[in-house]
Amino acid sequence: MALLDVRQLTRRFGGVVANRDVTFGVDAGEIVAIIGPNGAGKTTLFNCLAGHDAPTSGSVRFDGAELVGRTPEAIATLGLMRTFQVPRSFAAMTVQENVMVGALLRQPGVAAAAREARRVLEAVGLGDRGMARAGALSVAGQKRLELARVLATSPRLLLLDEVAGGLNPTETLELVEMLRGIHARGVTLVIVEHVLEVVMRLAHRILVLDFGQLIASGTPEEVVRHPAVIEAYLGRKRRA
Amino acid sequence: MSRTGAAVLALAVVLLAAFPLVVGDPFYQQVVVMMLMYGALGAAWNLVGGFLGRVSFGHAVFLGLGAYTTLLLLRTHVTPWLGIPVGGLVAAAIAFVVGRPTLRLSGHYFAMATLALLAVTHVLVVNWSWAGGAVGLEAPIANNAWLLLFRSRAPYYWIAFVLALFTLCATFALARAKAGYYWRAINGDEAAARSLGVPADRYKMLAFALSAALTGVWGGFYSIYIGFIDPDSAFNLTLSIQIVLVAILGGVGTIIGPWLGAALLIPLAEGTRIAMGGSGSGLDLLLYGLAIILVSLFLPSGLVTLRLRRGAARR
Repeated sequence: MALLDVRQLTRRFGGVVANRDVTFGVDAGEIVAIIGPNGAGKTTLFNCLAGHDAPTSGSVRFDGAELVGRTPEAIATLGLMRTFQVPRSFAAMTVQENVMVGALLRQPGVAAAAREARRVLEAVGLGDRGMARAGALSVAGQKRLELARVLATSPRLLLLDEVAGGLNPTETLELVEMLRGIHARGVTLVIVEHVLEVVMRLAHRILVLDFGQLIASGTPEEVVRHPAVIEAYLGRKRRA
Repeated sequence: MSRTGAAVLALAVVLLAAFPLVVGDPFYQQVVVMMLMYGALGAAWNLVGGFLGRVSFGHAVFLGLGAYTTLLLLRTHVTPWLGIPVGGLVAAAIAFVVGRPTLRLSGHYFAMATLALLAVTHVLVVNWSWAGGAVGLEAPIANNAWLLLFRSRAPYYWIAFVLALFTLCATFALARAKAGYYWRAINGDEAAARSLGVPADRYKMLAFALSAALTGVWGGFYSIYIGFIDPDSAFNLTLSIQIVLVAILGGVGTIIGPWLGAALLIPLAEGTRIAMGGSGSGLDLLLYGLAIILVSLFLPSGLVTLRLRRGAARR
């Protein structure tokens, strides 16, 4: 059975249908990318999966447990974690304290959480910034912190919302390596990404959303040749 | 806490312990008792207002609940040794009931809800004749350690001292525990905290109830210390604001801040009142206001930053 099983998920905002009958599964150990033009419903989908928003109808199962109706904190406790498109660090706390908030989910005490936070910060390349105020980090630093916080919770599945946005090419390559390392330690990844370089390098499978509907899915090679995908991104060829 | 910080704190505790042995004047003892009480009230408020970031103007309600509980129990011959902790529990229970609908509010809306709580409680108690109505309640005059009633002021100094130490240790331990981290995370970004598995509703309630309990305990102390309580002195907006002011001027969201705030404001208020209050010119209140303005202008993050800034300059 799939680790994450999304069935017929629909989310309406009044007359706008942000997600329509979205159905897909993610197996344990997979890296799945969700792509689509702006406004295709990617972030709404993440919000529905992580409990920040409730789908109008449909079901989301994680390791057999129904997630619809659960609070974000209950979903996090099950091991499904998400990052935010715009980093949402606790600006007044230090970098290490930010990560400790995540680590406290599984660690038995504050001292153990501090140790875990230092270990994770080292792993994401923020080892020397632990005592800095989180608000003082650069954009790239904030993105790493966002990642470190969820990693410290020992997640089973990560929903990463545009972790590469705003990074320069070098930082992007470092990020790809970091995500490979995370995946190698057994974490299933679902990424929403605009930076196609990241998607093509990492994803085993790509799902394409357009106007809230899944229009294609397959390996990266299959998806970039898919007529519906080309049309969604570039428009229809006009017949003369 | 840094080593120098701990040393300064230890020195302050020793000085406060030695104070009544050196200074016998009841006026000065009274000022220090008030200082300890407001420091503790600010520290208790700080759990909600500072760490959790929910500004409450209703803390006089919890003080009043503790005070009324203690005196009502004393009227039925229950010792304040029991009445004061029960007062804390009553305050926590009311915080629990009030917190359920209001803690989901944030920013100005929570502050408005606590103002409403204060106004409603005042009206209820004024009209509650069994609890003294508008006249209030009095503690009997006696000299009885079992009933915590003393003719001399000195024993009250020691009660305040021990309670203040307890409040300091409790707030310090809470801030260093998982709860302290979770409160600051909720304050920073509640949705992000939840997404990291922080059960925000439970921890908000914990902060509010603990803060109310500590405040209620001090209300119990206040009632037997002053020996009298009425709706106007207990459920009083000025008192609520004084608690907020002490915490904010000292340094919101810090352990030591509220105590520093009280150490500045209370002697200043009492001192200027004694020196100039009788003149009828209101000069004492002007000076008091001036001090508040100066601190907010030059130390906008509170008196605690004075130490931090000097430390930064030296480095």
